[in-house]
Amino acid sequence: MARELTFRIMRYNPETPDVKPHLQDFKLKEEPGMTLFVVLNKIREEQDSSLRFDFVCRASICGSCGMLVNGRPTLACRTLTKDLSEVTTLLPLPVFKLLGDLSVDTGTWFREMSIRTESWVHDDSEFDPTAEEERMDNEKALQIYEGERCIECGCCIGGCATANIRPDFIGAAGINRIARFMVDPRDKRTEQEYFEVVGSEDGVFGCIGLMACDDNCPVGVPLRGQIAYVRRKMASAGWKMKVKS
Amino acid sequence: MGHYDMFVTDVLVIGAGLAGERAAIESARNGLNVTLLSLVPPRRSHSSAAQGGMQASLGNTAMGKGDNPDVHFMDTVKGSDWGCEQDVARLFADTAPIVMREMAHWGVPWNRVSLEKRIYDGKEIHEDPDKVGLISARNFGGTAKWRTCYTSDGTGHTVLYTMDSIVQKYGITVHDRVEALSLIHDGETCYGAIVRDLRNGELRVYTAKSTVIATGGYGRLYGASTNAVINEGTGMSIAYETGVVPLGNMEAVQFHPTGIVPSWILITEGARGDGGYLLDKNGYRFMPDYEPNKKELASRDVVSRRMIQHIRAGYGVDSPYGQHLWLDIRHLGAKHINTNLREIATICREFNGIDPVHELIPVRPTQHYSMGGIRTNIDGQAYGLKNLYALGEAACWDLHGFNRLGGNSLAETVVAGKIVGEKIAEFTKDVTLNVSTSLVEDHLLMQQKRIENLRAKKGTENVYELRNRMETALNTNVHVFRTQEHLQAAVDELRELHKRSKYIQLRGDGNGADPELAFALRLPGMIRLALTIATGALARTESRGSHFREDYPKRDDENWLKRTLAYWREGASEPELQYEPVKITESQPGDRGYGEATAGAKSGVKQ
Ligand SMILES: Cc1cc2nc3c(=O)[nH]c(=O)nc-3n(C[C@H](O)[C@H](O)[C@H](O)COP(=O)(O)OP(=O)(O)OC[C@H]3O[C@@H](n4cnc5c(N)ncnc54)[C@H](O)[C@@H]3O)c2cc1C
Ligand code: SF4
Ligand code: SF4
Ligand code: FES
Repeated sequence: MARELTFRIMRYNPETPDVKPHLQDFKLKEEPGMTLFVVLNKIREEQDSSLRFDFVCRASICGSCGMLVNGRPTLACRTLTKDLSEVTTLLPLPVFKLLGDLSVDTGTWFREMSIRTESWVHDDSEFDPTAEEERMDNEKALQIYEGERCIECGCCIGGCATANIRPDFIGAAGINRIARFMVDPRDKRTEQEYFEVVGSEDGVFGCIGLMACDDNCPVGVPLRGQIAYVRRKMASAGWKMKVKS
Repeated sequence: MGHYDMFVTDVLVIGAGLAGERAAIESARNGLNVTLLSLVPPRRSHSSAAQGGMQASLGNTAMGKGDNPDVHFMDTVKGSDWGCEQDVARLFADTAPIVMREMAHWGVPWNRVSLEKRIYDGKEIHEDPDKVGLISARNFGGTAKWRTCYTSDGTGHTVLYTMDSIVQKYGITVHDRVEALSLIHDGETCYGAIVRDLRNGELRVYTAKSTVIATGGYGRLYGASTNAVINEGTGMSIAYETGVVPLGNMEAVQFHPTGIVPSWILITEGARGDGGYLLDKNGYRFMPDYEPNKKELASRDVVSRRMIQHIRAGYGVDSPYGQHLWLDIRHLGAKHINTNLREIATICREFNGIDPVHELIPVRPTQHYSMGGIRTNIDGQAYGLKNLYALGEAACWDLHGFNRLGGNSLAETVVAGKIVGEKIAEFTKDVTLNVSTSLVEDHLLMQQKRIENLRAKKGTENVYELRNRMETALNTNVHVFRTQEHLQAAVDELRELHKRSKYIQLRGDGNGADPELAFALRLPGMIRLALTIATGALARTESRGSHFREDYPKRDDENWLKRTLAYWREGASEPELQYEPVKITESQPGDRGYGEATAGAKSGVKQ
């Protein structure tokens, strides 16, 4: 017998601010191989056409669909209903600006973080179209890729105690982004320059190290190691700066 | 007229995937003011989902030795079944190595040549020690050499993230969560676009000296597609709706051999490139019987047809979602699967509960890519309207003809982004923006009317039901194998749906950022594209590349070595088809060297 599932979904529409955020129940029959992508689309198409949520790739690649599923930040598109009990609560990710129902503005958050941390390779040399590419050790390339795998879903931020109280904290995703550029030999920034970007309470020193972020990252970016790496580097850079001054 | 926000820019790029961003960077580097628009944050664009890689004849690996732009050119032309523009293919093949190196310079962590021991097809591969550290390559379908540059299995992701980092570095303006609804034009020149803010539903006006459409493909016209849910072809439809811009070769639709059943998520060609096999219900590897040379790595149209052919011959595996075949990568071993093919492993585990290290993956050919699109010349200028450009999957530049090779599309976005971007910058510098306010207001009013009409709830039709019927019409009638009878059925149904789409009735109130209203605004354009695909396919009485007519199984160069141009004239209820010759510069039409023309050996397989 197919189960009847209840989804308790947070509703809020910024265009009708008088209606305060509230939970609304939707019921539907479970189908084999059902994911929350299927569930939410079914609800919108068959029960409430105004329901807002975000999916793009529906394949856990693009990072659009982070939300709290029974309180835990995760990607809705890869959540199978067979792993859920009969009643499931869906809430938007905290920290990010709420756009309506389950939709939050992770895009703006990540863009601001990227620009603040200047997340691009800093290198003044001109590209020479006639030259062979600069060589790189394959192990190094794979190491950069490890940090580059973040899909900006915001799950690590939504579950982070510091990010929830400190609005400018760059979060595990931000620290990981720094680590990605730190290990890249093409980025010519010095430790001191990095220190200016992340050597603060809004950067790596704000992190209290409980590692909720690491548990929540749906693609398994090694956040624990990345945070430790940046913290170590920045502690030593801070130390060197102190000694000099 | 009401209140609306107005933005003025030199270059307006609609679409912030790889193609749009690369073109925007080129304009910004030339000192122009650029604005990028996107339905979603740029990094969530469909380009991020490409896993396999991108082609460029760097020739750094042992299996790519001797590769050069000439070989890449020939593979591309053959792959297109001689349907492409050869001057475009030449320019593309010559430029691809440069842009890969440029992407390395900008920060892409390409996999590099290393001396680590590798086995392929039972043979050990020995890399040249002199090449260690240069950009590596993997094998992809339809290529004579290993030429596909990659970053593990996150190529699109890393290349798009790097590209977007350069967009940030240049401080290019990006407006996300907006949708272009129509172009502002007077039948001769394009002046920008009417855009809807998807956060609050407000309309905006963007005027520009040059307008660029880089909105990607239309995969979602077919329900069963590997594409992201935002790939609804709206960029193509707004150009089409001007009545003067033609779409090229819309009947050329690519099906990927390995969409996973039943979510239709793509299992990248990297799986077969790295040595994966296709098996039938008896666990038998059937591809060598049909394609003795290229086996699983003949071009996509050929592999897709062989699979359906084999299923029809009674060798498919039954499932509640229809018959399928198996993809087997078990023999590649846990280490290889969990590193080089990690995304595949994740998809299998998360969406199907399968561990591909020990289990088989259910697959079936699935809509994947649109070769057709806004027809442009070699400089990326759209036919029919001045100051309008198009590139990437939204365009018919026309590099791919009737079949695109795997890895050639990502490469196209970046190569065209550079080349067309330069042309746009050069052109825009000499343009002065001179647009009449009444023209802008007319176009704005038109969109306001559409929205008001929908909100007035005068219709009868359910928008989701119409969409489902459109999907079904294409999925069942305009697929891997095509016949007169099925195509005619699709045309009839889609004509009917087009009529009905004028009477959409919203169920909700359609206020502000209501998602149902957003979809109701898109659907009529989507149905027009669907009807154009079916009409073009019905008219083309031959088989070429991905377009395979069972009733006309041969390629017919005498009558059909030409490109379809479809126009949707103002007020029309169906497309008007015209044709133009394809440009042949170096290679006369011949045999592809794989596929139906050559494969005689079918030992062990009953037809
Ligand atoms: C699953 C999958 C895997 C693939 N793997 C490979 C591969 O390995 N190698 C390869 O070569 N190719 C691959 N492809 C094909 C390739 O990914 C695409 O063809 C390519 O990324 C298209 O890039 P684009 O820049 O043209 O468009 P996209 O990346 O699709 O970007 C389109 C942009 O337009 C915006 N947009 C759309 N409509 C509007 C509108 N109306 N208003 C405003 N903005 C709009 C979107 O928000 C988005 O920013 C793959 C395709 C799929 C489906
Ligand atoms: S370890 Fe740091 S970044 Fe991670 S959740 Fe805790 S406070 Fe946040
Ligand atoms: S680090 Fe992981 S959890 Fe955080 S945004 Fe990136 S992918 Fe999501
Ligand atoms: S929709 Fe892309 S990650 Fe879920």
